[in-house]
Amino acid sequence: MNRNLICFTTIARRETTRIFRIWLQTLVPPAITMTLYFIIFGSFIGSQLRDIKGYDYMSFIAPGLIMMAIITNSYTNTVSSFFSTKFQRNIEELLVSPTPNSVIILGYISGGMVRGMSVGFLVSLVSLFFVRLPLHNIFYILLFAFLTSFVFSLAGMINGIFAKKFDDISIIPTFVITPLTYLGGVFYSISMLPDFWQTVSKANPIIYMVDGFRYGFLGSSDINILTGVSMLIFFAVALFSVNLYLLKKGIGVRS
Amino acid sequence: MPALSISDLHKTYKSGLTALKGVSLDVKQGEFFGLLGPNGAGKTTIIGIITSLVNKTGGTVKVFGVDIDKDFAAAKRLIGVVPQEFNFSIFEKVQDIVCQQAGYYGIARDEALVHSEKYLKKLGLWDKRNVTARELSGGMKRRLMIARGLVHDPKLLILDEPTAGVDVELRRGMWDFLVELNQAGRTIILTTHYLEEAELLCNQIAIISDGRIIENTNKRDLLRKLDKETFIFDTKAPVDNVLPLEHVIFSVTDGTTIEATLNKEQSLNNVFKHLSDQNIIVESMRNKSNRLEELFLEMVVEE
Repeated sequence: MNRNLICFTTIARRETTRIFRIWLQTLVPPAITMTLYFIIFGSFIGSQLRDIKGYDYMSFIAPGLIMMAIITNSYTNTVSSFFSTKFQRNIEELLVSPTPNSVIILGYISGGMVRGMSVGFLVSLVSLFFVRLPLHNIFYILLFAFLTSFVFSLAGMINGIFAKKFDDISIIPTFVITPLTYLGGVFYSISMLPDFWQTVSKANPIIYMVDGFRYGFLGSSDINILTGVSMLIFFAVALFSVNLYLLKKGIGVRS
Repeated sequence: MPALSISDLHKTYKSGLTALKGVSLDVKQGEFFGLLGPNGAGKTTIIGIITSLVNKTGGTVKVFGVDIDKDFAAAKRLIGVVPQEFNFSIFEKVQDIVCQQAGYYGIARDEALVHSEKYLKKLGLWDKRNVTARELSGGMKRRLMIARGLVHDPKLLILDEPTAGVDVELRRGMWDFLVELNQAGRTIILTTHYLEEAELLCNQIAIISDGRIIENTNKRDLLRKLDKETFIFDTKAPVDNVLPLEHVIFSVTDGTTIEATLNKEQSLNNVFKHLSDQNIIVESMRNKSNRLEELFLEMVVEE
């Protein structure tokens, strides 16, 4: 096997083992949180609301909630795992080795993606207790889930690289990711907003992720799907490049 | 070709602290090289630069002829490092830690398992292979880091204070192991605070102080520079004072203990004869301090 592939599988194996070793912290809480969203927003409140784009409220928000779980968990896993390796200094095990920076990044984000997708799958299973979701196009469902998880794992890695203390790993999720997710069309369609706010909303990258993912289930979207895919690929390339630059310069990891 | 060649190495940290001010040294293949110096002298910074944990400000580093600026990955494959502080995940199992390190060097898991077994057995950790690192004692954690540093069979092993906090018995066991590694052809660079350790193990010694190499020679030549040495004599009967002797300073520290500081020109035979002439019977004798320690202190204080 190619040396770099061995390096990658070693990191990916370690990251994945960690997720399943502490599954009570990594997999169960997000599944419970999303179940509460389904119960409160879907059943209790949703039953009192009118349909959106011809779908009942529960069917409309279910893809958004699944995507919210993918976003949060992909990000959280990478930032917490990378920061804890810095904190315990075992990042040095990797830095002293010949592992290329690109492989280090891919290894870490593989963990974020495994967790993001695993939680997304669990939440999808939970959603079956509340709603029968249509499947319009499985390809777009998987593509948007994959790309979103990839992008947010990369974003989490950047946060992990810069983080110097435990507080630093919760600032971005609290003050940036959560507001953007709530305003990212999880609970409403941006077509319901006035024109001005629709334009503003399009500056929020999460809109493209939620919208594209929802299109895979429902077959209707607010934004052109290919625009969404292009945006995600752009974010993936940009964030990967930023990660590469930071590791090459040794920012946050080398003296 | 030297195992390690460092030329005009400089490092200034962002804080403005200049840790290295033009360090140059060569370590020959197969050498057991001691890098000594007081805290903050720059030893760990040098190791950090060689292993890529610290970005250098200037200078060149070559490992077996491979310039780290040109092909750091190739240079890293030749180096194994055992750092001063524990730097593994305490939640992972002992064998996983060692195997993962092998994986980072591109060694497939099957082979990594074989390598890890070899070194964990050698270092007495095989029985602990399935326990998490946090359950290990301090000495075991040190040995785990040595096993991890060796798992990819590096040609150059760098140990930064490997026996710090290790009890005497274990330390001696580790010394034997390091000597065995060196005799098998592996080049070893050791930094240590235990000068007894350096005197016992190393055949070449460099002393660094305030970011500069102030001495770099073989151990025998270095010890030859020691122009005086202090011995402690325990006497059978109490002694009030000792008559003077040329090139020797005597002092009676308590009733039955005499300290004698000898210049190079004087011999111990003359001291014994001198004491014997005064009917002083010596029961035992020892060095007041390690010879290298005396020399080290002398040089560093002079600086």
